[in-house]
Amino acid sequence: MDKRTAADLTAFHLNGQVVEVAANPGERLSHALRERLGAKDVKVGCNAGDCGACTVLVDGAPVCACLMPVQQAAGAKVETLAGLVKADPHAARLVDSFQAHQAAQCGICTPGMMVSAVALLRDRQAPDATEVQDALGGVLCRCTGYRKIIDAVVEAGAGRAPAPEGSGDVGTTIRRLDGLPKVTGTEAFGDDVAPADALVLRVIRSPHAHAGFAFGDLDAFRAAHPGVVAVLTAADVPGLNAFGVIPGFIDQPVFAVDHVLFRGDAVAAVVGEAEAMARFDPADFPVTWEPRHPLMEVAEALAPGAAQLHPGRVNNVMCGGHVACGDAEAALARADVTVEGQFTTAFVEHGYIEPEAGFAMMDGDRVVVQACTQAPVMDQDALMQILALPRDRIRILPTAVGGGFGSKIDVSLQPFLALAAIRTGRAVRMTYERVETMQSTTKRHPAAISMRIGASRDGRLSGMTFDGDFNTGAYASWGPTVANRVPVHASGPYRVADYRATTRAVNTNCVPAGAFRGFGVPQSAVAQESLFDMLAARLDMDALEFRILNALDNGVPTVCGQVFAQGVGVKPCLEALRPAWAAAHAECAAFNAANTTRKRGVGVAAGWYGCGNTSMPNPSTIRAGLRADGAVVLHQGAMDIGQGSNTVIPQIFARALGVPVQQIALIGADTDVTPDAGKTSASRQTFVTGNAARLAGEALRKAVLAQVNASPDATITLTPGGVTVTDGAQDFTLDLARLSPNAAGYLLEVNETYDPPTKPLDKNGQGEPYAQYGYAAHLVVVEVDIPLGRVRPLRFVAAHDVGQAINPLLVEGQVHGGIAQGLGMALMEEYIPHRTENLHDYLIPTIGDVPPIETLIVEVPDAHGPYGAKGLGEHVLIPTAPAILNAIADATGARITQLPATPARVRAALKEVGHA
Amino acid sequence: MGYLVAASLSEALDALGQPDAAVIAGGTDWFPAQGTRPFKGDLVDITRVPGMRGITRDAGGWRIGGATTWTDLIRADLPPAFDGLKSAAREVGSIQIQNAGTVAGNLCNASPAADGVPPLLTLGAVVELASTRGIRRMALSEFLKGPRQTARMPGEVLTALIIPDLPDGAQGAFLKLGARHYLVISIAMVAALVTLDRGRIAQAAVAVGSCSATAQRLPALEADLTGRKVDDLRAAGTGIILPAHLAPLAPIADVRGSADYRMEAAATLCARALHMAIEQGEMAHG
Repeated sequence: MDKRTAADLTAFHLNGQVVEVAANPGERLSHALRERLGAKDVKVGCNAGDCGACTVLVDGAPVCACLMPVQQAAGAKVETLAGLVKADPHAARLVDSFQAHQAAQCGICTPGMMVSAVALLRDRQAPDATEVQDALGGVLCRCTGYRKIIDAVVEAGAGRAPAPEGSGDVGTTIRRLDGLPKVTGTEAFGDDVAPADALVLRVIRSPHAHAGFAFGDLDAFRAAHPGVVAVLTAADVPGLNAFGVIPGFIDQPVFAVDHVLFRGDAVAAVVGEAEAMARFDPADFPVTWEPRHPLMEVAEALAPGAAQLHPGRVNNVMCGGHVACGDAEAALARADVTVEGQFTTAFVEHGYIEPEAGFAMMDGDRVVVQACTQAPVMDQDALMQILALPRDRIRILPTAVGGGFGSKIDVSLQPFLALAAIRTGRAVRMTYERVETMQSTTKRHPAAISMRIGASRDGRLSGMTFDGDFNTGAYASWGPTVANRVPVHASGPYRVADYRATTRAVNTNCVPAGAFRGFGVPQSAVAQESLFDMLAARLDMDALEFRILNALDNGVPTVCGQVFAQGVGVKPCLEALRPAWAAAHAECAAFNAANTTRKRGVGVAAGWYGCGNTSMPNPSTIRAGLRADGAVVLHQGAMDIGQGSNTVIPQIFARALGVPVQQIALIGADTDVTPDAGKTSASRQTFVTGNAARLAGEALRKAVLAQVNASPDATITLTPGGVTVTDGAQDFTLDLARLSPNAAGYLLEVNETYDPPTKPLDKNGQGEPYAQYGYAAHLVVVEVDIPLGRVRPLRFVAAHDVGQAINPLLVEGQVHGGIAQGLGMALMEEYIPHRTENLHDYLIPTIGDVPPIETLIVEVPDAHGPYGAKGLGEHVLIPTAPAILNAIADATGARITQLPATPARVRAALKEVGHA
Repeated sequence: MGYLVAASLSEALDALGQPDAAVIAGGTDWFPAQGTRPFKGDLVDITRVPGMRGITRDAGGWRIGGATTWTDLIRADLPPAFDGLKSAAREVGSIQIQNAGTVAGNLCNASPAADGVPPLLTLGAVVELASTRGIRRMALSEFLKGPRQTARMPGEVLTALIIPDLPDGAQGAFLKLGARHYLVISIAMVAALVTLDRGRIAQAAVAVGSCSATAQRLPALEADLTGRKVDDLRAAGTGIILPAHLAPLAPIADVRGSADYRMEAAATLCARALHMAIEQGEMAHG
């Protein structure tokens, strides 16, 4: 070609500066911006135009930078978030309103959202919510549920100033303490931190669900690929070639040895210079596969004669769970009314917009891993075994996390990166491709549930049995936890005196299923809450009143025989929905009288969730100290994956210490300097780490007051360079110079640990699994397009007992995000290996799918919670899906028992009940 | 390897005569198809070829240039016959996709779920293909051969779509059914184009997408509608669609829906799109 541009420079304007890049032909603009021009504020979530995170403005028009050849931008004006916030007045207003509304949670989609919003606001003054939805419809968010984003853009467009924030004390809304970098494009996520000369790692994965394999000549492969520095296989793992999260279930190989058990199983890694790896095609890697019959369904895996996938797991049953109290069968036999049903749910993908990413490097003889994670110390534990290194030779320095929802508790790329850094002595980076993260990381377990529930004529529950099989995929991950948690929770937050629940986690050749917001409880709630509506109908009772009648209460035993003397808040949640329930029924009746092809219905469901590990030690430790310059430093190791622990934990600590939260200096998670605050999972951080923070604040307060012999209710004031204590009429100034700093530089240092009091479960699951539960009830109004089977939720009212809201707006953010995920699980999400491994075949809700949500914060304080607070993270989606299914049934009479309720399935169910 | 920003059509066509040369415009299908595999060929960018972008009117019809984006189309001042095509344009992916992706690229990609195809079929679109061998034209229905298959030969560029003139009263409508809002591949979609004349359907065209290997017009339905009174059709509701009308469709089952469901949804959408076109046509033309 005459004008080929192989070595040509492409010049354009980037945020007002002229830049030139020597890019490869057809190189993605996103790649050039990030890797050649340092514009790390452009986030890459899918490389396929499905998520919109990489949205930039090219000559003012929003485009996906991942879908534009950089050469096409020649001469154009390219604007990214980091540039816009410096120069554009709309962006400046959005920076303010996004923070005020907490419209950024994890922050990974925020650049795409804000850049799209700038384009809208330049074009249209004061857009309404619908216009905002249309303009931002191309950007996916998995955390926020979108409504706060809509609010933030509408407000910025209207030129209104955000509402003032609170003081920061417990119970008041303040902006996220770590919020500014998320809205200015400076937050550093897993893919943003590697040094420029880092080697690049690619993993070779199985294209088959079940296969034997053999490598060809790996040395010849290396020789034929200049720039490839190392090839790693199982032979290169110095320690245990396995990882997992539960002792006794460490069964997933870092690199499979001679056979693979799922599509996506890793067999080798190729490490090379970045340019060489850009040319590397994994199809050229010398490996031959010998496909075997895959077991994709639980029934197939359980069938006699099925291949046994793991030694010791007869019939592929990995483990089970069981809770029983009273005599369920006898109670069902004497019940006046019984209902039963079979329910199935699908694999659900976490769908965080940030794929796993990070890098590892050597620091002397230590290996340092910087990656996105929900559980830094668990990463360290896993690497100790895999690398055969002591703890002090491994440092985990988490980056910001672009969403996790459970999947980033498990290690993913950390072992590959650490092995490669040790082998090569160089920094090695990796970012999962979208297909790779979807193929290889954990999912929500598909469940097949049979359930029977009885009641007496007066509406009291009489007997409940639950049998659930969970497809746990090829390896264990958190499957045992799901199997154990479900029987404890499958009763729902109700008084069930006669109960039996049994679960099995079954291995198949599917992707491993693991932790996902709710650990199996959202699935069991679908069955139980659907049957409750059927039971109420059979009893001719109001579905909400039926739940209130049977709701757990203080002094009433759970199905585990645990009796809480205080803090049981489900009844207040349900009661809080009464006005909306009545109004929604009236509204739907009026609509339905006037419409034939569209019908509306209202549904309700409740849920509960035990906060923290089930009957297992579950400590968090918080460290804090007073520095010689008078600064109070909080070492906060609870991973903030968007939920807000970087704000909540300091708020609790500040209350306990008795100073404004804004004066606390924060040090984030780093296994070198931050004690273990446990994993971010199981709705435990506000509760468990929050308590550790409370204890640490109290201890530091005590230590400060002891310096001047002040009374316990004295006031501590931090001033620049000093500490003053006011006790009654007297002021004392701490003589900081008199105190000698410890090795860490602290004059006073505290380390406090909290571990929730639980008791083991016996063989019938009787005991005290959790020190506290949180409670929830959701109401939803849906509209069903009868001829098409399309379901559209119109509004939610969500009541959540959080004990004490530490930061009420963060509570709302969790509720909105959970509802969006529950809505997706109910209506559209189904991961099928090989078929829905991207974000256009696998659908998560967009900004057009989540209707307005009213959050009712209920506060029934818990004696164990910090200032009464309870966990919230999982509760927010547990009632959502069954509430939607109940609303569909209310609207149409059709009962959906297979999730997701896609238009085709809904339409089939509608026809079954006689709709034309 | 190289990237050529073609300055003229002849330059683009000469370059595309080379082996391993591929044409690129909006890139919105090219990059997802390529994935992260290394690209080893040449790319010929036609977006800056003079005259390739934009919509023009000439004797006998409208000409949509091969590099015209969906956003260009949405913003163009076009008669109501194009309302269905504009609706479809607004449903293509997202604004980001509409700003980059081209109408022509949507056709060359030849997805059975290509949003642009049903309305363009109702509009009787003709594609213009150019190569060093010359220019040829063919009906869109002939151009689309099957899933990901077209009549485009190596070295050819789809330089324009030509929409023949339509009667003054022609009104288009489009409906897309997906499992979510925005960024969605359709389960089924329908475009309708009706021309009203004194309370009757003078002419009708209906096309269904995502329900066969390529989107299909429904000639039997169109024939049945012609000459019918609008009031009668309104009274018939969804009854205007008969099973025989849908004979050209052969839907498959996939993750988005079963074959039976698609067939039924197509019937519902046909009726709704027709009623929508009639209603809008009546409003526009009294």
